[in-house]
Amino acid sequence: MGYLLQGETGDWEVVIGLEVHAQVTSKSKLFSGAPTLFGGEPNDQVSFVDAGFPGMLPVLNGYCVEQAVRTGLGLNAQINLTSVFARKNYFYADLPQGYQISQYELPIVGEGVLTIDMPDGQTKHIGIERLHLEQDAGKSLHDQHPTKSYIDLNRSGVALMEIVSKPDLRSPEEAGLYIAKLRSILRYLGTCDGNMQEGSLRCDANVSVRPKGSTELRTRCEIKNVNSIKFVQMAIEFEARRHIEIYESGGTIRQETRLFDSVKVETRSMRSKEMAHDYRYFPDPDLLPLVLDPKMVETIKAGLPELPDDKKQRFTVEYGLSPYDAGVLVAEKASAEFFETVAKGRDHKLASNWVSGDFFAALNASGKTIEDPPVSAKNLGELIDLISDGTLSGRLAKDVFALMVGTDKSASILVEEKGLRQVTDTGAIEAAIDQVLAANPDKVAEVMAGKDKLMGWFVGQVMKSTQGKANPAMLNELLAKRFQK
Amino acid sequence: MSLDKSAVRTIADLARIRVPEEDLDHLAGELSNILTFIEQLSEVDTDGVAPMSSVAAVGLPLRADSVTDGGQADAVLANAPDKAEGFFSVPKVVE
Repeated sequence: MGYLLQGETGDWEVVIGLEVHAQVTSKSKLFSGAPTLFGGEPNDQVSFVDAGFPGMLPVLNGYCVEQAVRTGLGLNAQINLTSVFARKNYFYADLPQGYQISQYELPIVGEGVLTIDMPDGQTKHIGIERLHLEQDAGKSLHDQHPTKSYIDLNRSGVALMEIVSKPDLRSPEEAGLYIAKLRSILRYLGTCDGNMQEGSLRCDANVSVRPKGSTELRTRCEIKNVNSIKFVQMAIEFEARRHIEIYESGGTIRQETRLFDSVKVETRSMRSKEMAHDYRYFPDPDLLPLVLDPKMVETIKAGLPELPDDKKQRFTVEYGLSPYDAGVLVAEKASAEFFETVAKGRDHKLASNWVSGDFFAALNASGKTIEDPPVSAKNLGELIDLISDGTLSGRLAKDVFALMVGTDKSASILVEEKGLRQVTDTGAIEAAIDQVLAANPDKVAEVMAGKDKLMGWFVGQVMKSTQGKANPAMLNELLAKRFQK
Repeated sequence: MSLDKSAVRTIADLARIRVPEEDLDHLAGELSNILTFIEQLSEVDTDGVAPMSSVAAVGLPLRADSVTDGGQADAVLANAPDKAEGFFSVPKVVE
């Protein structure tokens, strides 16, 4: 049994479904020719269509349609050759039309499946209910004026894909893995940049609980617009505990929309949305049904890149990596490509360790991106060559790597410049050992008397006297021989 | 189908139309008449007939993904009852 929350009356299971809003990567909006760039002067990226001016008509962006189809195919989902745009009516200051053009009964993409990778190496299939295209709303700023809200319509009309999962998730951890995997797939496909800070990927969580062993679906609450994986997980846990407390004190849950407060770590009822569940959807009379050419779908399918699951599978077979190591490398397409460049013609395991270890650490520390790495794949590859041919010990290689960060110097140049070549000359190592032994007769006596633990100390001292350059294996061997005498 | 007073009140509320309480009964009657008139359409047998979405047999026209609009904040804001610093300004709405 997986994740359970303990209540006073017993254990409870959490049932979670996620609705992810992913901004479609496109130059212009879903129904107008205004740009979609993030930021910009307020209301400068707005056409009269986006501002809901009278008489303006929406014209669908064909590329956004292709992007939705591409995403659907990437989620192993059914593509609906006929879909219909509908108006979702509600009143809000940042929704100038008074309705959002969305899809309701006939979305462009139907059921699919997404596979999440559990930390124990197992996988779990999470059902996708649907994916539909819709417009984003404008942005309200509530903190600029004491009695006014300011409205920026730059985002109004930007194309979103709403991707709805089935209620198949059972823990905050699974919810986090689902979002991370979905984000990874979207980025591979190039259909959404996945930037949660800029709001390109936003998440609503539907949460309910039920007693362990039960199969019923109880009343759910929807937590709106959570903008990080960590916050989604915190919101789910809080909400689940709130439900359990209410059930155990004899209360009932009311279906409602709630808002997550990341400062207080709690969810609160959004009173303004109470009436809003009556959206009065109807087909948008300004738009005919969208009919796709099956050939167009086939062309997109043929052009799909290798996706994370397939790449991970290939990495485990082709490079002999563990599913975990492969999973880390394939999470980002660019990381996977970086690894493959480094690994080409080299020891795969060594390449994987260096990319996932020191390189990722340096990448995170530098705040750079994999597209502009702190050490190039070519230079890292050459460093690994120097380890393989015995020029560098693993320890020296770490020092050389640290010197390489931020420079464009190759490992071999740095080794020459800094004289970091590993000492593999038996005579030189023995000479260093002699020196250390001669300087510490008391400790030598202790080792001879059986205090083996001091051997490590001697290794350290000789390393120190050779500036870390002695070949560690040879040093250990020679030192052991010396004490045998 | 007929609408009662409370349904009319809800519809007016959702549409943000202020309707005086004394008008609700009258409107309920009027709207119900309209619905009854439209309901005559259900007398037609449409079994097996695909829904008609357009009188002309044309597909949905598509637009290329290129930037052809925007850069007209002044025009967008021209009719705003209230504006400030390039934004529309509205009475404060906070959760």
